[in-house]
Amino acid sequence: MKKQKRWGLYFFLTPVLLWLFLLIVLPHIDLLIMSFRSETIDGKAIWSPANYLNFFEEPIYWLTFVRTAVYSILVTFLTFVIALPLAFYITKVVAPRFQGFLLVLLLLPFWVSELVRVYGWMILLRESGVINHFMIKLGFLNQPVEMLYRDSTMILGLVYTSMLFMVVPIVSVLESLDNSLIEAAYDLGANMWTILFKIVIPHATPGIVSGSIVVFMLTLGNYLTPNLMGGKNSLWFTEQIYNQFIASFNWNQGSAFGFLLLVLSSLVVWLGLKLTKQNLRKVVQ
Amino acid sequence: MAFALGNVYAAEELSLLTWSGYAPQNLVDKFQKETGITVKVTNSNNEEMIAKLRATRGAGFDLAQPSQDRISSVQEKYNLYQPIDYSKIQSDLMIDSMLEAVKKSTMVADKAYAVPFCWGTSGLVVNRKFAPNASDYADILNAMYAGRISYRLKRPTLIALAFSMGENPFAKYSDAMAYKALMEKVGEAMIAGKPFVKNYWTNGDALLESMRSGEVHVAMAWDNGGWKLHAENPNIDFVAPRSGALGWIDTFAIPSKAENVDAAYKWINFMMQPENAAVFTNAEKYGTASAGSGQFLDAEIKGNFERCFPMKAIANIKWYPPVPAKLEEIEGLILDKVKAAK
Amino acid sequence: MQIDLSVQNVTKRFDEFVAVDHVSFEVPDGQFFSILGPSGCGKTTLLRMIAGLTEPTEGEIEIRGQSMLGIAPNKRPVNLIFQHLALFPMMNVGENIAFGLKRRAESKSAIREKVDVILERVDLAGFGAKKIDQLSGGQKQRVAIARCLVLEPAVLLLDEPLGALDLKLREQMKVELKLLQAKVGTTFVYITHDQSEALVMSDHVAVMNKGVFEQIDSPKNLYNSPQTPFVAQFVGDNNAWSGRIRQCDQDAADVETSEGNVFRTKLREPLQSGDEVDLFLRPEAMLIQPDPSLAELNRFEVIVKDILFDGANSRLLAHPLDADTELLIALPQTRQFDYIRKHDKIEIGWDQKSGICFARS
Ligand SMILES: Nc1ncnc2c1ncn2[C@@H]1O[C@H](COP(=O)(O)OP(=O)(O)OP(=O)(O)O)[C@@H](O)[C@H]1O
Ligand SMILES: [Mg+2]
Repeated sequence: MKKQKRWGLYFFLTPVLLWLFLLIVLPHIDLLIMSFRSETIDGKAIWSPANYLNFFEEPIYWLTFVRTAVYSILVTFLTFVIALPLAFYITKVVAPRFQGFLLVLLLLPFWVSELVRVYGWMILLRESGVINHFMIKLGFLNQPVEMLYRDSTMILGLVYTSMLFMVVPIVSVLESLDNSLIEAAYDLGANMWTILFKIVIPHATPGIVSGSIVVFMLTLGNYLTPNLMGGKNSLWFTEQIYNQFIASFNWNQGSAFGFLLLVLSSLVVWLGLKLTKQNLRKVVQ
Repeated sequence: MAFALGNVYAAEELSLLTWSGYAPQNLVDKFQKETGITVKVTNSNNEEMIAKLRATRGAGFDLAQPSQDRISSVQEKYNLYQPIDYSKIQSDLMIDSMLEAVKKSTMVADKAYAVPFCWGTSGLVVNRKFAPNASDYADILNAMYAGRISYRLKRPTLIALAFSMGENPFAKYSDAMAYKALMEKVGEAMIAGKPFVKNYWTNGDALLESMRSGEVHVAMAWDNGGWKLHAENPNIDFVAPRSGALGWIDTFAIPSKAENVDAAYKWINFMMQPENAAVFTNAEKYGTASAGSGQFLDAEIKGNFERCFPMKAIANIKWYPPVPAKLEEIEGLILDKVKAAK
Repeated sequence: MQIDLSVQNVTKRFDEFVAVDHVSFEVPDGQFFSILGPSGCGKTTLLRMIAGLTEPTEGEIEIRGQSMLGIAPNKRPVNLIFQHLALFPMMNVGENIAFGLKRRAESKSAIREKVDVILERVDLAGFGAKKIDQLSGGQKQRVAIARCLVLEPAVLLLDEPLGALDLKLREQMKVELKLLQAKVGTTFVYITHDQSEALVMSDHVAVMNKGVFEQIDSPKNLYNSPQTPFVAQFVGDNNAWSGRIRQCDQDAADVETSEGNVFRTKLREPLQSGDEVDLFLRPEAMLIQPDPSLAELNRFEVIVKDILFDGANSRLLAHPLDADTELLIALPQTRQFDYIRKHDKIEIGWDQKSGICFARS
């Protein structure tokens, strides 16, 4: 009886493991091997940690990573700050029959590709763009200003791109929040802020944490938005990986950067979980 | 096995890895009518072409169109292409000197790997109304045009700026240390000039849009872009810079594991037919290696060359020599530093 | 005596629908006041208006003489125990109880002391560190009460707090709650649709129907002299006949029921012969096989349909000879009536003073 059960387990587990192995583990092993190879001056391939050392020795590399990580954290935080009231509004304030409609409205931009969305923003924000045009027409501006190619624009674009991935998990946890808990807190003398911090946020924490992890990872790994909207100052770590692979033909260095991105971003997530006293198991549930 | 698989598809196919605009739809249709071969076009650029072919070790495409200076070093290192059988090329259709030059520059171990297709230059595209005096690469670092400047963060910009500093970067290709020192100097100048840049363009059409709308007045770009804009707005034109336009030749090269080599040769010869080459030139405004296409060109195209390239300017064009390996790494780091600088 | 809560002419409309319709009442200090009514009659809505969670459409609410108009729930000296308790699952028992005190920025030591005292009072001493989901239903109940009582509100509002408990526990909590209220002396406003809860615990009960208060009275008066047909039927069990007045005096009348029986019954209000009436009679007012010597009784015969044994509360289910109207008849467990079987024909008698007669509106 027991043996039979085990067989069943293997039967179903094998394809899954095989799939994981072929699609995820194998390519990464290839990358890992490549990241430890480098070339001597006369073109001979050798084993060496040089690609990793490069990252730490050349300030531009690790500074870019730090910059990317800090901005990703900022984007995650801003997305959360906007998504929470939005999710609260959708689940608790608006009449139930409009809820689906609002969620679809939120989803709508994601029907088109990220590229199209970013170009949409560029058409709006550029110096000869729609917003400038109307601002001048309405007399708020005397001459057009360039709204693109700033860090703030880039953050705007990233937050916009990430919004859905924060709103949806928060909406789903808030849906399970009993309204009477909020009313009870209000009745017991709490004001809005206390309700927010003592009732709503603690209840929504699993959704907030999973949303934050997704948004952080997606932002860190984004390439298009920082590049197109951020403009001249926007060096993003993914762009450096791209440059190593494509522009410098240095696949070894690129693989090392790829691995560092994986490890360092996991580290940031782990730290974040530790600092907020969450554990992953609770969040995944 | 490959034979059997090849026959599964009723229609023969040519998989072409090229630049956007290099295989105009009307020519693709005409080619299919004449030969029955369908052309599957993948648009790319020099760097991605190399990366794609390197990832598959030369498979997946029947014909590629890298620039002539980007062939010999990657060929030596990764063996991406196969030697050209020049007997299959209708060389009587081609400008002889250009064919010979490309053969020479793509020579690896006594075999040549490319056939010239088209040529053009990089220089300045200027809006004369706002920047009547912009005349050399140095002007893309000029505070006078602050906020109205755009160029690519790519190697041509480094090389162009080196020329405008009175140096000859091509002469230093063989001396990596000297080249690195030169590039660092250029990098510093670019960082100093960074506040004046509006953006670093990555997409040619987007740059044209910025110039058209008047957001950018001085750009480093390809001549044909300047000419396209000139046709719409006479104030905007290509300018061959004082220190010399950078001349490039894009080629045909056959990847080492190409499946349909015959079709590749057919396409090369087809594109070199004078009337076909002229169709391309009239649309994209690049000159080709086809010898007899002149009679089929629009008057406007001829005007472009006469206006922007007097004899002296043509003589001053700096043609890219083949790039030795490792230089790209040096340039990559400099470009990253420029991008990261405040 | 001080009036803790005064509600005057309060009305709540949801669009066209009137959930609470011109309700007025007053609750003196220390009273256990219940609002009894069927589901959906507007009890919760009324309570929420007192707590401030819902805005009245019209009317005045005063607590200890202070108008509550425009005062937010977190500023009102009342606390509400929710229908499903609404304990905070993200906090333990102690934190739940301390929640309101912390909002008042009391000192840590004062809070700890008050929490301990109240936990003791609700028999949960030492439960402070427990999680909410580790408690039984009755314990949760008491935590919810403690969480409000610790704030010493002028009025404690309870919205069917026993609704979620099983029967046994509900019976037990009824008594506990009454004792607790007596002990702390806080004014309770308690709503329920369970008449036995209301009757057992309350000093005064208001019976609510379709947004309107039908009667406010002591439990005993409600039972014995209901003022409306709805109260008569809703409070306690009642048998009902519809009929017409044959002949009437000042305070008594002969009523002919739709089945053709003629009963003599006392009148609560003057009526005229020919009036359509509803006649109510408690099961315990019906005497089985009454002594023939009792001349004043209304007498008629019924057939026993079923015997509903329920200990001290046992009943006979019967119907008159030639009709299917169901009648409930109290069956005293004195062994005197052990001989009665299903389908037996028995005689029933009742005193005219037990009849409750309303003119049909
Ligand atoms: N927000 C609202 N909008 C519209 N109608 C409402 C609203 N709240 C309550 N009602 C209606 O008002 C009536 C009274 O509701 P209420 O919740 O006060 O009933 P209740 O007496 O507490 O019932 P129960 O015993 O089932 O809890 C119901 O018919 C209900 O549908
Ligand atoms: Mg209710």
